[in-house]
Amino acid sequence: MINEKKYTKAQLIFLLVLRFVIGWHVLYEGISKVMNPQWTSANFLQESQGILSGFSGWILSNSSLLSIVDFLNIWGLVLIGLGLIFGFLFKPAAIAGSVLIFIYYLSVPPLVGYEYTLPSDGSNLVINRTLIEAVALFGLALFPTNEVFGLDYFISSRQKGTLQHGRK
Amino acid sequence: MAENNNNTGEREPAKNQSSPDSTEHTSTKDISRRTVLKAFAGIPVAGILGYEWFKKINYDKNKKDRIARELGLDKMEFPVSDYGKDAKRDTLRIGIIGFGRRAEQLSAGLGFMHPDEVKKRENNNTLISWLEQEDLHVAITGICDVFDLHAERGLTVANNSVRHGASKLSVKQYRTYQDMLADESIDAVIISTPDHHHASMAIDAVKAGKHVYLEKSVAHTEEELNELYRTVKESSIVFQLGHQITQSTVFKQAKEIIGKNVLGKITLIETTSNRNTAEGAWIRHLDSNGNPKPGDLKSIDWERWLGNAPYVPFTIDRYYNWTKWFAYDTGLIGQLFTHEFDAVNQLLRIGIPQSVSSSGGIYYWKDNREIPDSLHCVFEYPHKDLTLLYSGNLASSRSRGRVFMGHDASMELGNNIKITVDRNSTQYKKGIDSGLIDTGSPMLTYNPGAGQIDAVTSASEKYYADRGLTNTVINGKQIDVTHLHLREWLDCIRENKTPSANIEVAYEEGIACLMAHRSYLEKRQVFWDEVNRKIV
Repeated sequence: MINEKKYTKAQLIFLLVLRFVIGWHVLYEGISKVMNPQWTSANFLQESQGILSGFSGWILSNSSLLSIVDFLNIWGLVLIGLGLIFGFLFKPAAIAGSVLIFIYYLSVPPLVGYEYTLPSDGSNLVINRTLIEAVALFGLALFPTNEVFGLDYFISSRQKGTLQHGRK
Repeated sequence: MAENNNNTGEREPAKNQSSPDSTEHTSTKDISRRTVLKAFAGIPVAGILGYEWFKKINYDKNKKDRIARELGLDKMEFPVSDYGKDAKRDTLRIGIIGFGRRAEQLSAGLGFMHPDEVKKRENNNTLISWLEQEDLHVAITGICDVFDLHAERGLTVANNSVRHGASKLSVKQYRTYQDMLADESIDAVIISTPDHHHASMAIDAVKAGKHVYLEKSVAHTEEELNELYRTVKESSIVFQLGHQITQSTVFKQAKEIIGKNVLGKITLIETTSNRNTAEGAWIRHLDSNGNPKPGDLKSIDWERWLGNAPYVPFTIDRYYNWTKWFAYDTGLIGQLFTHEFDAVNQLLRIGIPQSVSSSGGIYYWKDNREIPDSLHCVFEYPHKDLTLLYSGNLASSRSRGRVFMGHDASMELGNNIKITVDRNSTQYKKGIDSGLIDTGSPMLTYNPGAGQIDAVTSASEKYYADRGLTNTVINGKQIDVTHLHLREWLDCIRENKTPSANIEVAYEEGIACLMAHRSYLEKRQVFWDEVNRKIV
């Protein structure tokens, strides 16, 4: 059990800020897709190169599979984003988010010799912002703040309170 | 702890949000007020996100509205397709004359596919879209081809009832197309032979009372074209020329865009063909291993294949690569420009040009061909203040697109639509000056197949933003355009209506192509005599 006494105040603030900004980003990526009924992961998957390109091609080749992937992706992003911001099921959310974003990275890794038709964000060599976000999110799972700030804390302290007082 | 709350600046909203709870629980002393504040630390963050999101929705809507209004697209009506509303109908019995590669595609459009092809498409996962194709309620009941192998393949295709609802009617092979036309049980014919047979077969079919779907090009000579026109006009059959690209939903959108005068006055249209392969240059007599494809005088009725064309000895080269010679077609004009003309004519109904001048030559594929591999034609429409350019090249695949150039904006029309506002536009001057309209990149794009770009990283959200014209293909499904063109023809037969590639537009296209061809052969500008309705 982690409590705030293990972190300095500055550390705790930093972890919270990191949690909120990543949560915000992931949630809005999800929301923007929910709001756009035309959205599909097809364009992204078409760009895929490297170890996941075969997997992407398989998804693209089957329209019902593609719509399942789209659905899971959209609502996965929304739920992960909410989990991060509200500190609800924080650890699973952070780990799932980290894995999901890592899959995005692996689908279109900026490796030498891989060229993409869609515009990329900034100058990247092997490492890009997607990878950094995946790594940072994984780090958050290792330094959870949900047990200090978040619904998980609320739930666990309620449970503790119930046990201690034998009520509810 | 309280300090931490203060530091994150979240005390007030959290307090408000959780006050009922905290009152309840404070009294029970289960959970302190502090706990509640900490528990709901995420709420202010979510609140700010919600507020910004709301702001963005308003901003985007406003901007999109302004651009749409500026471009006159705010009252755009997207055609709603009735595709897929299956109704019980009598089966139409179709005969196919000439069963080569194109006929296989047409059969697939009708709902019939060779078992090998079914397997192939099953393996690469493209079979589903074909299985989902609307049932056209037809049966292929007649096949005719001068090559036994093709005829047999045709029979197999016609008998293949993989699709649910495919007809179980029996298929008959006819020795000649005249035999097929004489058969009362055939309702309609599809003609997909080499081009030199097109007009004469179509004329005979119309005279026999059959509805006709005729692959382009419509006719090889002016006399044939005139006779076909007269024959169809005097009949009550439904004639459809085999084009398909204008069935794409992008064309229907493009028509709306032009109708709304988004582009301003259009004075120049540039159309192109860009190919760079032997296959694309109509060298098709070898299989994938480099061996000659099957066929000899025993299995091919060569005299019947030649028809009215001058006699030449049979060769595999001529049989498979007939496009290379003027006796059978007009090369780039008949095979590729026809589609371009149809695209433009369906959108603007430009009709017959006043003059055409063509030039070109055989610059790359120096085999035994007669047709040029580089050909450029200028079609003048002074009465419409318009020039149509065509430039075809068989030794470079650089995509040059199909562009409609207006005073206010240009439209590139292919599998999608890209509209770029002209920097010297009069209509959009205010929008350009105010910075609302960017003339450096396409202002609006319409792509029926694709949506937006994915990924958390996407810097491209903005890149793809403001594509106010997005729409799905048809009910979200990829539909074969040839299937749609056939469907239109069959619907018109059943409802006694006129299809889009009817005899009038086919005639205009035929004349424009023959003018371009004559200009190339005679190395001079040729004219259309409006009064006597002939090429001079």
